[in-house]
Amino acid sequence: MVKHTNRIVTGAHYGLKDWLVQRVSAVLMVAYLLLLMVFVLVSSPQDYVAWQTLFSNQWMRIATLLFFASLFWHAWIGVRNVLMDYIKATAIRLTIQILVILSLLFYLVWSAEILWS
Amino acid sequence: MEVKLQNKRPKHLNLFKIRQPLPAIVSVLHRVSGVLLFFPGIPILLCGLQMMLGSQQSYAALHAYLLSPVVKAVLILAIWLFLHHLCAGIRYLLLDLHYGIALAQARTSSKLVLITGIILTVLMGLVIW
Repeated sequence: MVKHTNRIVTGAHYGLKDWLVQRVSAVLMVAYLLLLMVFVLVSSPQDYVAWQTLFSNQWMRIATLLFFASLFWHAWIGVRNVLMDYIKATAIRLTIQILVILSLLFYLVWSAEILWS
Repeated sequence: MEVKLQNKRPKHLNLFKIRQPLPAIVSVLHRVSGVLLFFPGIPILLCGLQMMLGSQQSYAALHAYLLSPVVKAVLILAIWLFLHHLCAGIRYLLLDLHYGIALAQARTSSKLVLITGIILTVLMGLVIW
């Protein structure tokens, strides 16, 4: 005889959060790229001064940093999924995952440095 | 007896011997392009941005790099990887929203993704070259 219960059989729910973040970050990146395309097509910057002027706008810098933050979070989820699929040895996988996180944090600081220098 | 028969069964686990359906190829390319966009894509992008916004000299150096045919070819390959990843990603978003989940539609959309990525890359390539 089968006993029916209302037990929740799913896990810690972090999978759903990652799934959602990957999609939301993708949509944010597309929105930024469409806006950037419009700006570039309208002002058509041809030289250093024009590009410098475009990215000297504070809102442009903030939007670009948010784009990079979305990109790095998106990349983390994707790369983590790939590593979980193909690298079965926990020690190796964990080491690579830590290297990926460190590189993405480095990229985040680097992109802020590029935008605000 | 049964064990011996089981052992003689053909195993179709060799991915290169299975004729992959188009949605599978699009999916594999989505994964491969994602990994390549992460590395070396992201560091190259940041280097390029730094050169573009750094100084007059670094801007001129970047401009000179972009005139070389090898760099142009790499850039066009990178653009294809990005556009394929983008188009396949849009397809997955639509599938998540239950659009086009029937087999025939899914096959058509995967064909559309592959072709759109290539056509847009060719157009961008013509502009760059």
